[in-house]
Amino acid sequence: MGETIRFLFGDEERSIRSPAPTQTVLEWLRTEARACGTKEGCAEGDCGACTVVLGTPDGEIMRYRAVNACILFLPALDGRQVLTVEHLRAPDGTLHPVQQAMVDHHGAQCGFCTPGFVMSLFALYHAGGGGVGRAAVNEALAGNLCRCTGYRPIVDAAQAACGGVAEDRFAVAAPAIAARLRGLARQDSLAVAHDGQVFLAPRSLGELTAALAAHPAATLLAGGTDVGLWVTKQHRHLATVIALEHVAGLAEIAERDGVLSIGAGATYDDACAALARHWPDFGRLLRRLGSRQIRNRGTIGGNVANASPIGDTPPALIALDATLLLTGAAGSRRIAAEAFFLGYRRTALAPGEVLERIDIPLPRPGERFATYKVSKRFEQDISAVCAAFRLTLAGDQVADIRIAYGGMAATPKRAVAAEQMLVGRPWQRAAIAAAMAALEGEMAPISDMRASAAYRLLVARNLLLRFHLTTQDAAAMLEDVA
Amino acid sequence: MNVLTPQTAAARAAAQSPAEQRRVVGRPAAHDSADKHVSGAALYIDDVAEPRDLLHAYVRLSEHAHARILRLDVAAVAAAPGVAAVLTARDVPGVNDVGPAFPGDPIFADGLVEYAGQSVFAVAADSIARARAAAQRAVIEYEVLPPILDIDAAMQQAAFVLPSQTMRRGDAAAALAAAPLRLRGRHYVGGQEHFYLEGQIAMAIPGEDRDIRVLSSTQHPTEVQHLVGRSLGIPDHAVICETRRMGGGFGGKESQASLIAVIAALLAANTGRPVKLRLDRDDDMKLTGKRHDFRIDWDVGFDAEGRIEGISFELASRCGMSPDLSAAINDRAMFHSDNAYYLPNVSIVSHRCKTNTVSNTAFRGFGGPQGMMGIEAVMDAIARHLRRDPLEVRRRNFYGKRERNVTPYHMTVEDNVIPELVAELARSAGYAARRREVTAFNRSSEWIKRGLALTPVKFGISFTLLRMNQAGALVHVYTDGSVQLNHGGTEMGQGLFIKVAQVVAEEFGLPLDRIKVTATTTEKVPNTSPTAASAGSDMNGKAAQVAARTIRDRIAGVVAAEFAVAASDIVFRDGAVQGGGRSLPFAAAVRRTYEKRVQLSATGYYATPKLHYDTATHQGRPFYYFAYGAAVAEVEVDTLTGEHRLRRVDILHDVGQSLNPAIDLGQIEGGFVQGMGWLTTEELWWDARGSLRTHAPSTYKIPAVGDVPADFRVALWSRGRNRENAVYRSKAVGEPPLMLGIAVFHALRDAVAACGEVAEAAELDAPATPERVLLAIEARRRRAAAAA
Ligand code: FES
Repeated sequence: MGETIRFLFGDEERSIRSPAPTQTVLEWLRTEARACGTKEGCAEGDCGACTVVLGTPDGEIMRYRAVNACILFLPALDGRQVLTVEHLRAPDGTLHPVQQAMVDHHGAQCGFCTPGFVMSLFALYHAGGGGVGRAAVNEALAGNLCRCTGYRPIVDAAQAACGGVAEDRFAVAAPAIAARLRGLARQDSLAVAHDGQVFLAPRSLGELTAALAAHPAATLLAGGTDVGLWVTKQHRHLATVIALEHVAGLAEIAERDGVLSIGAGATYDDACAALARHWPDFGRLLRRLGSRQIRNRGTIGGNVANASPIGDTPPALIALDATLLLTGAAGSRRIAAEAFFLGYRRTALAPGEVLERIDIPLPRPGERFATYKVSKRFEQDISAVCAAFRLTLAGDQVADIRIAYGGMAATPKRAVAAEQMLVGRPWQRAAIAAAMAALEGEMAPISDMRASAAYRLLVARNLLLRFHLTTQDAAAMLEDVA
Repeated sequence: MNVLTPQTAAARAAAQSPAEQRRVVGRPAAHDSADKHVSGAALYIDDVAEPRDLLHAYVRLSEHAHARILRLDVAAVAAAPGVAAVLTARDVPGVNDVGPAFPGDPIFADGLVEYAGQSVFAVAADSIARARAAAQRAVIEYEVLPPILDIDAAMQQAAFVLPSQTMRRGDAAAALAAAPLRLRGRHYVGGQEHFYLEGQIAMAIPGEDRDIRVLSSTQHPTEVQHLVGRSLGIPDHAVICETRRMGGGFGGKESQASLIAVIAALLAANTGRPVKLRLDRDDDMKLTGKRHDFRIDWDVGFDAEGRIEGISFELASRCGMSPDLSAAINDRAMFHSDNAYYLPNVSIVSHRCKTNTVSNTAFRGFGGPQGMMGIEAVMDAIARHLRRDPLEVRRRNFYGKRERNVTPYHMTVEDNVIPELVAELARSAGYAARRREVTAFNRSSEWIKRGLALTPVKFGISFTLLRMNQAGALVHVYTDGSVQLNHGGTEMGQGLFIKVAQVVAEEFGLPLDRIKVTATTTEKVPNTSPTAASAGSDMNGKAAQVAARTIRDRIAGVVAAEFAVAASDIVFRDGAVQGGGRSLPFAAAVRRTYEKRVQLSATGYYATPKLHYDTATHQGRPFYYFAYGAAVAEVEVDTLTGEHRLRRVDILHDVGQSLNPAIDLGQIEGGFVQGMGWLTTEELWWDARGSLRTHAPSTYKIPAVGDVPADFRVALWSRGRNRENAVYRSKAVGEPPLMLGIAVFHALRDAVAACGEVAEAAELDAPATPERVLLAIEARRRRAAAAA
């Protein structure tokens, strides 16, 4: 067991003994490293002013991912390279191509958002050639808010600088940096005690369940895109934190026996390709979940275990009849996704248990799936209502349908009564109307800042209608933003 | 697709400028801090190296909207680890009020809290975590009182922060009674959070005597200076306020920055140690004011062609718990209730409602946008009633050139360009053809509906408070020929510094890199006005020009004597001073001037001419000139959810002869997007107890990158020229483009109207969230079904 994290800050090796487990990388940068280019705009991972890039070796090259430093805990730097806006300018003062493009296109006004944009652009610059269309730019920048420019010049800068083959000095230095990071790679598991806090980063499932058995009240930390806010917003003191990031196999994504298995530690980004391949709508949904920075860290496992009534993936998982594998020191058990959510932020996880894996049955021929998210803003917003539908027709009749909603009750919820109005009946407007009416009886949404209960109910009904209409090839929904 | 890049827009504007001989003014120079912005080297207050012994301050906010404080015991706070000082209302040595124009904004609540989020006390400790933790230890006992939370409740109870005002021209009542057609309506327009990316912050550093130096992220350093002095009971000369740059302001740091600076200064004076106060995002959004929301009632009489004959408006705005700047903001709402339209008989009543919510404040447009929302709703209503294209009705009501050209405040519109500007935009945007396409689309599309709208903007430039229309500058030329420029304006990203530097560089015939713009400080230029009302470059540009000309004339005098030519024959160009066929490098000419013992430093001063206004009768000339623009927006709406996409936007905007087309383009695009956000995704939501629940970007949604249409065509009006003698015949550009966003709102109304055949405008209030749009569609369908 080690208690020291080692990482590259730019190309400078840093080691921190017993790092404060819940100190954010942003705070470390601004106070201890005195690198103040990285800004705090919101401390909740929503504005992107704090965006930095994490580098991990991938063979001879480096993979660079934009993340929000404001909700990233310091131990996450272990074994990685962290790059901030200060690192981009060459030693001779030459601006990096993405910086120069931002100057050339007048992409900064007040400049406070700019370091974050520059780092998101840097990650995009390193994301590979083949050009960048507007959709790719939006996707890369949706997690960076700018209040001054109206974005157009930043989009132009992105398209001018990114999309080619990366040939900056970071690309040149990548093999050497990758080798250095391999040299820093940890062989033991990290265990830190700092000022009354304990931080454990087990490296195997066995170690994880043992740690959890020893600390049943510990906070489990995956990507930290929610737990980070407990610290930065609610100022909670987390006495014991067990990080899941380094548990071998926990991030695995595999297809076997007609099932897609998503390890609970897989990030949204990692899981997106496999999910989108089988269920394109699931991919579209993930594209709107959080932002690039959030998807680079956050996990589907976290989205499920967190049990928020407005999480985006649970309705889809319920509709797809996913099964969750829960594991504790005593062994594993399986539970249907819909049975996992017991109440407001309450789950079927027993003390000492973790969510290990999500198994989703692959689509059978003829099966249709759709999921829709409705929010005030298209990008990076939290759902007012999220809906998911899985339909199998036998001729004109509904052979099977599963319907689930988020934002309509204290938990993500399957719409059993509505399903019953449809199964065995012709897939036509009459049955749809009956199912829409049935929704009113089984859903109990609340009114809050995202939407009124009345609107939520209306939209929940209409999304079922939309699903029906789209199966009839009617134009009943808007195209996604670029 | 023909999207203008800044380069092409700049090139176009430059090519069409008659002033081709200009070297610097009119060029698309990059922001003076661009290099620093992109490399993280630009210092905002939180980035400045922290002085030794720095304390961090935390402000404890009220949990109740309206309550008496029965007991406030901070003993446990003071005893907490790391705490150096705790201050309550009792501990303010001077005046416990930071009201900018009227009293009513206590620094710390004194026995009464009037909104949830109000400052109750402040604590300074050796870390922000300890300050925050300590503040939780206070014992506060409240007696909760019934709050007034919205405009309707305030109007019912006649709760006002200031007396209601009336502006009138002609006889509205008689014209209404006599008009062939008459309609009435009521609309609600929501408020808006500034969401400057850099939250409110100040750092105060005590000096000798009782002097204090404050670094403040403020648009109004002079006011911060005055209020720090007043709260501490020390003279203005003992206080220095300095502002290098803000990470965005938008009006939110005009009066609101003072409280932050004052608290930091009080704690610094109390402890003798430097103190930093930086609000986190949530506290910033709860504690500081926002754009006023409005309720607008109107009653209009018009003829069969849609021409207005008489109109009366009753505006009511939510001012919050205190007057703050609400007098001028509501005046400006009245001033813009005409927008670009001639109102022959008009009466505008304005109520300034008192509510137990945060005191609303300046926000880009300063009431003007809300005023315009009223008259644009009227245009829409008339058009729907007559089943005409709203653009036709709008055009019919535009101000005339020589007649029909007097505003409700009796000012003659002398520079009206709206008819030709709108004609040009309608043509370039293909409005007529697209109207036909939208109609055809809507006929064939059951679930998705499109909407199209063109709305104009006419915005008055000048502070309506006469005394604020003055500015000062200080220019030093050093003997190496480098120039230091300072003026009273502050830089918040709008490009003021580079524009004024361009003016000064032009005067001296120097390249821009010879001009250094320094931080705004009350030490260099005193008694300044806030950087607001879009007037920053107009006023500071002129003042700096005066200062530069003074020095230039002195240098010219010295060089003319040496060259034996008249001083009027001396020109400053390309880094040299030339005349009579001879030339001296600028630096050499400066050294000659110095050696002749002639002063190389000068102040400049400017007062905007022609202004006069009677605030009692609401008559006069409050504006030096008007800025104009127009936008066309096309949207597509999902009638099952109320979501929308913006398909295309075309903008044509008049900046006169641009000082810097790249900067101006940025203001136009950024302003438009901010205005669009105000009217669509940005919704402030209070719970039943009066607590703001949208106090962070997770819940308050400003536009993101995908909200900006891929097809976004923005142009500076090539024929633009300021008929008044503004600096280089440019026009102010800070605020006017925000109101271009109204086009998006009306495109949404147009799409909703397409959901049901009724001769009425869509019942859609702002912000047009998916919820409001869907409910408006449902209402429309019901009306159409009932009518059928
Ligand atoms: S430049 Fe000011 S927030 Fe982006």
